[in-house]
Amino acid sequence: MIRSNVLVCGGAGCLSSGCHAVQDALKQELTKRGLDKEINIVVTGCMGPCDLGPVILVHPDGTFYQRVTALDVPALVEEHFIKGRAYAKLLPKDEVSANLITTQRDFGFFAKQEKIVLANCGLIDAENIEEYIARDGYAALGTVLTTKKPADVIAEIKLSGLRGRGGAGFPTGVKWELLAKAPATPKFLICNADEGDPGAFMNRAVLEGDPHAVLEGMIIGGYATGASRGFIYIRAEYPLAIKRLQIAIDQAYQHGLLGKNLFETDFSFDIEMRIGAGAFVCGEETALMRSIEGRRGQPSPRPPFPAQRGLWGKPTNINNVETWATVPAIIRKGANWYNQFGTEKTKGTKVFALAGKIRNTGLVEVPYGTTLRQIIFGIGGGIPGGKKFKAVQTGGPSGGVIPAEHLDTPVEYESLQKLGSIMGSGGMVVMDEDSCMVDVARFFLEFCCDESCGKCPPCRVGTKQILNILERICAGEGQMEDLDKLEQLAAVVKDASLCGLGQTAPNPVQTTLRYFRAEYEAHIKEKRCPAKVCRGLLTYTIHYDNCVGCSICARNCPTNTILKVKGQKKYYIIEDDCIQCGACLDVCKFNAILKASDGVAHVVPPKPELEPVPGRKVMVTA
Amino acid sequence: MNLEELKKLKEKAQRQVALREGNKKYRVVVSMGTSGIAAGARDVMKTMLDEIEKRGLDDVEVRVTGEHGLEDVEPVIRIEEAGGEETTYARLDAEKAKKIVAEHLGKGKKVENLAVGKQKKTE
Repeated sequence: MIRSNVLVCGGAGCLSSGCHAVQDALKQELTKRGLDKEINIVVTGCMGPCDLGPVILVHPDGTFYQRVTALDVPALVEEHFIKGRAYAKLLPKDEVSANLITTQRDFGFFAKQEKIVLANCGLIDAENIEEYIARDGYAALGTVLTTKKPADVIAEIKLSGLRGRGGAGFPTGVKWELLAKAPATPKFLICNADEGDPGAFMNRAVLEGDPHAVLEGMIIGGYATGASRGFIYIRAEYPLAIKRLQIAIDQAYQHGLLGKNLFETDFSFDIEMRIGAGAFVCGEETALMRSIEGRRGQPSPRPPFPAQRGLWGKPTNINNVETWATVPAIIRKGANWYNQFGTEKTKGTKVFALAGKIRNTGLVEVPYGTTLRQIIFGIGGGIPGGKKFKAVQTGGPSGGVIPAEHLDTPVEYESLQKLGSIMGSGGMVVMDEDSCMVDVARFFLEFCCDESCGKCPPCRVGTKQILNILERICAGEGQMEDLDKLEQLAAVVKDASLCGLGQTAPNPVQTTLRYFRAEYEAHIKEKRCPAKVCRGLLTYTIHYDNCVGCSICARNCPTNTILKVKGQKKYYIIEDDCIQCGACLDVCKFNAILKASDGVAHVVPPKPELEPVPGRKVMVTA
Repeated sequence: MNLEELKKLKEKAQRQVALREGNKKYRVVVSMGTSGIAAGARDVMKTMLDEIEKRGLDDVEVRVTGEHGLEDVEPVIRIEEAGGEETTYARLDAEKAKKIVAEHLGKGKKVENLAVGKQKKTE
C-alpha cells in the first residue's frame, strides 16, 4: 500500500528553480532506502508560492517544504519518511512568531485563500486524466449531457453570476445565450489562452496544473450553446502548458470524453489547439480570431460581434481560460453554491498573480471583494526588505496604478474602474518606494507602443507620442506643458482607438498623473527623480570619508570616468562624462558611492588634480 | 464512455488521490524512533501496509512518528479513530500486525490482549 504521496510542484516557476533535480533525487533516495513501494512521487501543477520554489508537499501529513534542493533530499527522506518527523531546515517560518510551520493549512499564504479554479492545481498530476476523474472530473459533463437541456445549463451559469475573467467582466451566461440564439451553423468556441500581460501567469498555471477543467468547461459550453468545435488559442511562449494541454486533449479523446457521441448522446465536440506567436494584440478577440484563421492578427470593429459573425464568419464565443475552468465546478456544486462567494455585483473567486516587490510572489485565489491590503499584505506577505509600499499596478500594461490610500478598496470590476485602473486578467505588480512612477508609466507605454498592431492611427501614433513625452520627462527635458499634452493625448487615444489595446494603453499615464503628479513635477521643475530611478537625473559622487582607494570602482567603470586623486588613496568621478550606469555603486564594498538625484540643487564637488588609475591602460583625458 | 464507466473509473482512481484529501476513519501511527527501528518497526509497518492493501481497506492512513516513550515495549503503534479514540499496541511483530489489521482495521474490533493502557483524547 502507498502510505504517502510526495507532491512535487512542476509548475513553470519551480521547473526553473530546479524541481526536476529534486524529483530525480527523491526517486533515487526512496528506491535506495526501499521506500519506493510505500511512497509515491506525484508531479503536480503550480501550488502558488513560486518564489519559494522548488516546493514539495507531503501527504497525508500535509507538510510543506520550501526551497528544496537535490542536496537536501537524503536528509529529508531520513527525517520525514524514516524517522517520521518534519525536516525543520526546509519548513516555512511564521513571520510574526518565527515558529516553524509544520502543516500547509497553517501557512498564512494558503490559509487565507479560497480555491475553486485552482482546487486541483498543485494537488493532482496534470498529465493523468484519472487523477482529474478521481476529483469528480467530467462528472459535471456527464450530468449535463444526460440530464440537462442546453437552456438549463445557460440558466445555471446566468444564476451563478459568473463574469468573463479576461478583463471586461461580461456575464458569461448572457454571452452563451447570444451564441445559442444565433441562427447560423456551425458555431465555434474559443478559449483565450493568449496571456500577454507582463507579470501575469494565472492562465498558464491553470493550463499546466489542471488542463482537463478547461476542456470540460468548453465541452459543457459547446453543449449549452450548440457549438461543435472548440479552439484553444495559446501563446508559443508557454511550451509546458502546450505540452500538458496536448496530453490532456489526447487522453480525453482516448477516454471518449471528446469526439463523437459523448456519453452515448447525439452530442459531439472536438477541441484543437492553435499556437499564437505572442503578439499582445491577439488577446483581443477579433484579432485573435483572425490569427486563428491564419491571417495577420489585427482587430476589426464591433459590431458585428463574434456571436453574430466570428471565426470564418460563423457565430463564435470566446472566453478566458479561467472562465472555462470555473464552469465544471459551478455545474457540479450548483449556481447557488458559487454565487455565495464574492460581492453583490461580482460573484465567485479570482486568481491573481502577485509579482514585483512582494515577499510571496506567486498565485493566489480569493473571493471578489477581498481588499488589496488583504491580498498584498495578508497573503502576499507585504514588501520585502522593510521598504514602504508605494503602489500596485492591476490589470497589466492596460491597467493603472493604485496608491496606498486606496489599499482598502475591495477588488471587483467596478471599484477598480472607479480608481482609473482595470481588473484585467488578474496581474498585480507591486511597487515599493524605489519605483519611479514616471518610469513605470514609461515602461508600460513602451510595451503598448511596441505591441500596437498599427491598424488605427490613434493607437499607432498616439502611444508613440505619449511615449516620446514620457521619455523626455524621464531624461529631465520635460516642460510643464507636457503634462497637459499627456492628458489630452491620453483622452484621445482612449476614445478613438479601435480595440481594447489602445483604449486602455493610456491608463498607466492617467493614473500616475492622478495619484503621483508631484513626481512628474519634480522631474520637470526640479530635474530630479525622487525614487532615484531615471538615469538622466542621477548623479554619482564618491564619499571621501568612506573611500579607501581600492580602485574597484575605477576598474569597473565602462567609460573610464573615475580617476585617482593625485597623491591620495581616493577616487573621483568626472560627472560630465558619467553615464549613470551604477556599476561603481554595485561593486563598492565600502558604501563610498553616493547615488543622488538633487536636480537643480546639485553641487558638483570641486575637481581635484587627478592621475591615471594605477595598472589600467587607458587614455587619460583629464 | 458513459456515466457508469466514468463512475467506475473514478472509484478506481480515487485511491491514488485519496491520501491527499485526508479525513480517514483510521490513522495508524507507527513509532519509528531509533529503538523502534531496532526492534523491527519497519517490518511491522511493511506487513501492515501489505495487509491493508490485500484487504482493500480504503479508510486507513499510515504515518510514522518518533518515540512514544515506550522504548522497552517497541515496536509500538497507535491507532487513532475518527471519533477521537486511541489504542496503543506494543511488542509487535509481523504476525501480530496482521492480526491487528484484520481485527481492528478490518472489523473494528480491538485486539485487547495486544493493547497497552488505553487513552482517550480530550478533544
